[in-house]
Amino acid sequence: MKPRTRRLLWIVLGVAVLAAAAAFVLNAFQSNLVFFFTPTQVAQGEAPKGRTFRAGGMVKEGSLVRQGNDVRFVITDTEKDIAVHYVGLLPDLFKEGRGVVAQGKLGDDGIFVASEVLAKHDENYMPPEAQHALDQAAAAKAAQTLKVQP
Amino acid sequence: MTAELGHFALIVGMVVALLQGVLPLWGTFSRAGATRQALMALARPAAYLQCALVTLSFAALATAFLSNDFSVAYVAQHSNSMLPKPYQFAAVWGGHEGSLLLWVLLLSVWTLAVGLFSRSLPLEMVARVIGVMGLVSVGFLLFILTTSNPFERLLPAASDGRDLNPLLQDPGLVIHPPMLYMGYVGMAVAFAFAVAALLGGRLDAAWARWSRPWTVIAWMFLTFGIGLGSWWAYYELGWGGWWFWDPVENASLMPWLVATALIHSLMVTEKRGGFKAWTVLLAIAAFSLSLLGTFLVRSGVLTSVHAFASDPKRGVFILIFLAVVVGTSLTLFAWRAPRATLGGSFAWISRESFLLANSVLLVVATAAVLLGTIYPLIIDALNLGKLSVGPPYFNAVFVPLLVPVLFLMVPGSVARWREAHMSEVLHKLRWPGALALVIAGGALAWGGSHSVGTFLGVALGSWVALGTAQLVIERLRKPGRIGASFWGQHVAHFGMAVVVLGITGVGSYQVERDVRMRVDDQVTIAPYTFILRRFDEVPGPNYKAVRADVEVQRDGRFVEVLQPEKRRYFSSAMPMTEAAIDSGWLRDLYVSLGEPLDDARTEWSMRVYYKPFVPWLWAGVLLMVLGGLLAAADRRYRR
Repeated sequence: MKPRTRRLLWIVLGVAVLAAAAAFVLNAFQSNLVFFFTPTQVAQGEAPKGRTFRAGGMVKEGSLVRQGNDVRFVITDTEKDIAVHYVGLLPDLFKEGRGVVAQGKLGDDGIFVASEVLAKHDENYMPPEAQHALDQAAAAKAAQTLKVQP
Repeated sequence: MTAELGHFALIVGMVVALLQGVLPLWGTFSRAGATRQALMALARPAAYLQCALVTLSFAALATAFLSNDFSVAYVAQHSNSMLPKPYQFAAVWGGHEGSLLLWVLLLSVWTLAVGLFSRSLPLEMVARVIGVMGLVSVGFLLFILTTSNPFERLLPAASDGRDLNPLLQDPGLVIHPPMLYMGYVGMAVAFAFAVAALLGGRLDAAWARWSRPWTVIAWMFLTFGIGLGSWWAYYELGWGGWWFWDPVENASLMPWLVATALIHSLMVTEKRGGFKAWTVLLAIAAFSLSLLGTFLVRSGVLTSVHAFASDPKRGVFILIFLAVVVGTSLTLFAWRAPRATLGGSFAWISRESFLLANSVLLVVATAAVLLGTIYPLIIDALNLGKLSVGPPYFNAVFVPLLVPVLFLMVPGSVARWREAHMSEVLHKLRWPGALALVIAGGALAWGGSHSVGTFLGVALGSWVALGTAQLVIERLRKPGRIGASFWGQHVAHFGMAVVVLGITGVGSYQVERDVRMRVDDQVTIAPYTFILRRFDEVPGPNYKAVRADVEVQRDGRFVEVLQPEKRRYFSSAMPMTEAAIDSGWLRDLYVSLGEPLDDARTEWSMRVYYKPFVPWLWAGVLLMVLGGLLAAADRRYRR
């Protein structure tokens, strides 16, 4: 084989391997995307049942109930609420009235069973998803008020 | 005055960097003669002067920190008069502006080193390399001066500073960013050599030999920086993980993967004259990914402990800079690379083919990590929704891609150049192969884990370790001086094996207990028993802490007292978890405080973890660093 032919064969082989890897990567990618939903979207039934997703907003004041490591709280975007059930240790910055993002699945009873409550690094930091949820709710509210007014 | 001096030095530094970038390169293009020589000879002095000026600027900022000059806005935001001195110094790079200044400082130090240790190189090559590095430096200095000036004054001055983020008040932070940056910036040297070679039209073995030690040293720093970051996350974040597939971690992993491919590809270019175009592409990719890492981390598109900036101008600047670097270097590549000659031919089974396969696999792995890291950002930027790509994706993709890489490491080191015989390779490796399978089987039988992952991890780790050991033993039996680069290769490969065994061990055999405890409660993770003895209030320099005394017993005998803390810093409402870790050769015992569960603070949630083989991760990383050091110290680079 001439060097050129050999190099061509290598390139073909490389492309084949790359294609296989790409197919495999995209497949794994597709099944591991975690989408984010605001409490309003969850209330409207947009969130998938039986698939992991993220929900975020504020921890509603007075909603936190603890029994040991078994925690229940409510995430709100000021419009709609989601009841959350979580077993485990909460991150340092988890507090009522603060932003929060939880990852988990929606149960048949409408309670969000969180497998993870995301830890954040800074006290003044609002998770962007949580901020997004609040902004969406505020925007929807503003739009409604505008409609009512002539 | 100090701040203004620093600012002024930085401006002059930029002008010098511009001269350093333009004049020598201009020289290399002009016709032979005294002017050409003079222009090219400017490279070294310009680089030295730039380094002096940037150092002066950095020293000015450090002085502002150490003298608590809160009239400088950046100091007021990131320091505090109660902050211990070492952290006041480390706080220089605790924010966006200072960390960029550190970037430029390290770049100018690398350039200084290139100037000093390139006596044997033709002046033309030196002029090109230093010129390209000067242009990179101009980009970053412009960025600092136009969008991120650390010397801006605050009027009226603050009475005290806002303090450094408590998470960053840690010995790990003092060294982690400089080490990581040394790696990132070091990729600029590999890049500059590649661009210089393209400009000169000589992609040859000599270029590869000049470039190799620099690339290996950069790789070594990058390895060390990533290892330190992982170690810091493990003990400082307080929940016992050592890798989270956080975008910021991925930003450092991607250049590392490509740099690993690059140092191997450079070897082929040097020894066999092959892979020239591929090597150049890897060098461009490694530096581009370092820039992308800087963009991801520093532009504020990601929110994490690393992300400081939120000014969109900054992100746009880095993005444009990245586009210019990638665009010009790829154009240059398209123009010049077709001239490169093919290297010596090689057979399907040869050292070259194994190295090429691993090179491609590493690049594919990098692409997979890149996809998972930037896809959510692109979707968000296009307003198509918010989503995240979690660790399961990265694990599902990364592990299967790295399995063949680890497997091929051994035959790649054994096989001959040009053409090897399968039977010979198999014959040579029969013992390491058989033993690795036996050890992996033993790990399953003894450890009580029955997962495929455990078997594969132990088998691959042992395979690499034993294969490396066999090669070393064979070499020791032969006469002749053994070069440092031989040791470098094998120590680094052995380090990789130790890391793989550590990852497998902790993943397979760790026990994590989240428990609630009162004084005198106990938890048992066989064979260890953890007994909570007492709580104390402990004052610190700028915080106060609740400290627990947790006594550890093994089979009823006293082992140690672990003292995890929950700190509350005066400057912030944010509590901080300080885990207590007892490290042994084979395991860590890890205890951290969660939160008080009642108002009297007598009952706490706690994490009590048994983490086997975690110390192997750090030991393996250190071995890889040592390997890099040995490889770069080889005598033949010092001619």
